[in-house]
Amino acid sequence: MYKVAVIGDADSIYGFASLGLQIFPCVDPHEAANTLRHLAQEDYAVIYITEALASQIPQQIERYHSQPIPAVVPIPGVKGNTGIGMAVVSKTVEQAVGSDILK
Amino acid sequence: MAVLNVNPTRMELTNLKRKLVTARRGHKLLKDKRDELMRRFMELVRENKALRVKVEADIHAANTHMAVARSVMDEAALDVALMMPTQEMSLEITQKNVMSVLIPQYDAKFKTADANDIYSYGFAFTSADLDEAVGSLSDILPDLLRLAELEKSCQLMAAEIEKTRRRVNALEHVMIPQYEETIKYITMKLDENERSTTTRLMKVKDMMLEQAHHYEQ
Repeated sequence: MYKVAVIGDADSIYGFASLGLQIFPCVDPHEAANTLRHLAQEDYAVIYITEALASQIPQQIERYHSQPIPAVVPIPGVKGNTGIGMAVVSKTVEQAVGSDILK
Repeated sequence: MAVLNVNPTRMELTNLKRKLVTARRGHKLLKDKRDELMRRFMELVRENKALRVKVEADIHAANTHMAVARSVMDEAALDVALMMPTQEMSLEITQKNVMSVLIPQYDAKFKTADANDIYSYGFAFTSADLDEAVGSLSDILPDLLRLAELEKSCQLMAAEIEKTRRRVNALEHVMIPQYEETIKYITMKLDENERSTTTRLMKVKDMMLEQAHHYEQ
């Protein structure tokens, strides 16, 4: 049985706790990277991370792209949409096709 | 293209011909695999993009409700309301094989079956906006899971496509031309040897006839 985690600033992720997801509030990118690493080693299959944090630790997130578990997915936080999530999708297209043909 | 460093012998030629056939077949198969993977990938990535736009809009809406709830309730009351979640979710993962890429499929399991268990508080002391916020988040949840599934699948497939493409290119532009050149080189060398043997024999025959009968040409 796998679990689902949400990392981000408390305001953005509080609501997810009531749905039964595990929340890990943090604002510091270093702390977020550490949390991410710990969660990836435990049985978390999906880790949602707010875009604000995701933009500060791109390498740590990219590391999990080639592994089947966990899926690290950026989601917008209360501060709004920064477009990081879309950028990740575009990057995948670029990797597969050679250029982003879906623009 | 460089000729491989091999001895120009008949055995080497047979080996190379066999290798060329294998390389050609491998190239064709890998090319088919790449094309099919690409087709599936484009399907998934289109869905992924559309879903991401939807989910981002939904989360934004939920966050707006949350912000309103936060402004009408005091911090402590909100914390208390959300401190002890009653619902607990776990995931069951099954894997689907798409052209030898194992893509995950998530199946959410909840501790309690009752949909109203997402409200971990009494309704007396909380704002209705909080209910809205939690309710809309719970509506997003299936989409969020599907999004995670799609993004992971796309990432895994992109990596596999890149790998396959490199293999196809290596076979097409390096291995196959190399084998072809080498086969040509060995064939020419063998033909050349044969011709030189024939001329040598003719020459020897001439010399022997001249010795025996004192022929003059």
